[in-house]
Amino acid sequence: MTDAFSPGPTPTFEASAKESLSDSQLRRNLGKATQTIRHKRATAVEEMPDWEGLREAGRALKERVVRHLDEYLLRLEESVTRAGGQVHWARDGEEANRIISGIAKDKGAEEVVKVKSIATDETKLNEHLEGEGIKAFETDLAELIIQLAGETSSHILVPAIHKNRAEIRELFMERLGAHDLSDRPSDLTETARLYLRKKFLAAKVGISGANFAVAETGTVCVVESEGNGRMCTTLPPVLVTLMGIEKVIPAWRDFEVFMQLLPRSSTAERMNPYTSFWTGVSEGDGPQEFHLVLLDNGRTDVLADEIGRQALNCIRCSACLNVCPVYERTGGHAYNSVYPGPIGAILTPQLVGIGDPGPDSLPYASSLCGACYQVCPVKINIPEVLVHLRGRVVRKKQDMGGPPSKLDPENIAMQTVVRVFSDPALYERAQKFARIGQWPFVRGGSIGRLPGRLAGWTAVRDLKPVPEQTFREWWKRNRGSA
Amino acid sequence: MVYYGAIGYEGEGKIAMRVALFITCFNDTLFPETGRATVEVLERLGVEVDFPLAQTCCGQMHFNTGYQREAIPLVRRFVEVFSGYEAVVAPSGSCVSMVRELYPMAAELAGDPRLAERVEDLGPRVFELSEFLVKRLSVTDVGAYYPHRVTYHPTCHSLRMLKVGDAPLELLRNVRGVDLVELAEAEECCGFGGTFAVKNADTSAAMLSDKLRRVLDTEAEVCTAGDNSCLMHIGGGLGRLRTGVDTVHLAQILASTAEEG
Repeated sequence: MTDAFSPGPTPTFEASAKESLSDSQLRRNLGKATQTIRHKRATAVEEMPDWEGLREAGRALKERVVRHLDEYLLRLEESVTRAGGQVHWARDGEEANRIISGIAKDKGAEEVVKVKSIATDETKLNEHLEGEGIKAFETDLAELIIQLAGETSSHILVPAIHKNRAEIRELFMERLGAHDLSDRPSDLTETARLYLRKKFLAAKVGISGANFAVAETGTVCVVESEGNGRMCTTLPPVLVTLMGIEKVIPAWRDFEVFMQLLPRSSTAERMNPYTSFWTGVSEGDGPQEFHLVLLDNGRTDVLADEIGRQALNCIRCSACLNVCPVYERTGGHAYNSVYPGPIGAILTPQLVGIGDPGPDSLPYASSLCGACYQVCPVKINIPEVLVHLRGRVVRKKQDMGGPPSKLDPENIAMQTVVRVFSDPALYERAQKFARIGQWPFVRGGSIGRLPGRLAGWTAVRDLKPVPEQTFREWWKRNRGSA
Repeated sequence: MVYYGAIGYEGEGKIAMRVALFITCFNDTLFPETGRATVEVLERLGVEVDFPLAQTCCGQMHFNTGYQREAIPLVRRFVEVFSGYEAVVAPSGSCVSMVRELYPMAAELAGDPRLAERVEDLGPRVFELSEFLVKRLSVTDVGAYYPHRVTYHPTCHSLRMLKVGDAPLELLRNVRGVDLVELAEAEECCGFGGTFAVKNADTSAAMLSDKLRRVLDTEAEVCTAGDNSCLMHIGGGLGRLRTGVDTVHLAQILASTAEEG
């Protein structure tokens, strides 16, 4: 499946949303799931007396990382190397994929096991490995579900949030050959467990992403719930971790902040079940070879944008998705990106670059209600970045010049309205004109149908006609001129 | 956010103060009754209201749709028109949040430090109506009478950008005769979002349908809010479905008195 990170164009958000909005099963699954998780999160956060302080600390730490990213990355490389690991630098997804498949081929691996990693979804690692004759097995339950279904993730944390138990049962019976399977969660997980256990024990190479990596010590961290991550990072003799360069944190003690912020924000837990830390390699214990692949893939371009670069502070908790009224209704697939929801709407267009209609539509996939900013554990001002990116999208279009940008109806309308608003006399004349000009549309005291792009409004709403007297006309008549 | 504290009553419940009314282009043209009600409430409290006729639009629609260079002349105009006033009051949380929260970004974009200074100076003196009454004047009872079943929708910008909190509800609770009923999931966006309602009309409609369902569940006659933009969206849906539920701006409820009731 193609998305913003694959070659070729992707559909706009509004086109994809139209489709998912009419999927009644999706609407119900998502509505239930996001409502449950956001109420649980609110409870988990309420019991923290110093939550606002923690958020501020998280923001400050991430901001410092972004400000001195070059230094922290070099320190990380040094620390990992010192601990017996190998560090690779990947300019883009393709380079990262080549490095990883090179390591796998070198070990003669035909199968690899994977921990849930959005970075590898971003680079399309699985497809690349398949092209190289290597089969990648997702071991996170939800990732396994969507891999078996041939779908893509629709949520940062719970990739199969769009599916319910009955759908998963069907899938397991069909793809894993399970018989007489009930849709009880314990039965479903047992089926997945039996299937995956063999893969864990046989794999020569494990592949993971990273939630954090400590520059000071070279320690890499994966936070998870199922234990599959622990097995992927400890059982195979070779471990490869792909990590976006913004995931580095300065020091070990910084976990104090992030390990309080992340679980409560993502799964609404005080602490997640499995947190794995590893520092290079340890003789006779766990993988004997460790590769850390540091991925840029557009991140240094994001750094150049002073407002937009807050997006790099994200710790992938997905709280913003769960509170977003747009995401709740459209689901993740409408965003056509491995990063859906509010954070995806600011991250995707920046990573792939402004100027492509698909990703360019994402900053507009928001009513700017601000619910995301309120819950973000590292205080990313998502609405601010959305507005800022809309500005970049429009400027890019205008600066391309030529008739298409000049004749764009929205551009013409906006330019005209500014001229009107810049002159009170012109503004007053326009008010009168609106009152007169609306007559063809007014029926029985309201407007039921408007032409052109405004038809979107009257599709489901009536519009009140412009009244006989503007406020300023009333004021002039009743209070005299000011 | 700096508030200058409440000012004392002078004489018989009257407040000596002169404010500028920022009507907003939207209310001026489409909802003049909200402007008249705002004037009435403020004057009832003894506040002297001035309406500078040179005002037009704050530029929010342009700015939030991405036409940010275009919005800068409107930002300059607003600052020019209103800088001389001790306080500016608007019956719109959304337009006030543009001035208070986004004008600094616009000034930065304009690369004009003088404009940035003036924006910073003016911002804290621009108030949404309910916060002006409750937080600035410390008035929670404006002597209104409104014998109807009413539910209140907190609009996103007044709630999350201006943080007006319970100010509108405090005012509503003191309205005589009102039967105030709580809206479920009240803090969820109604789906208006400015040009979002047109650009993403389908998603906006999906959000609206849930809001309408919750409004109807309250069995209220009237849904009120501090922003006519959101109310036009909610009311447009309620009207299209012929629900018989009306939308009325908070200012108009506060302006209603026993004499007219």
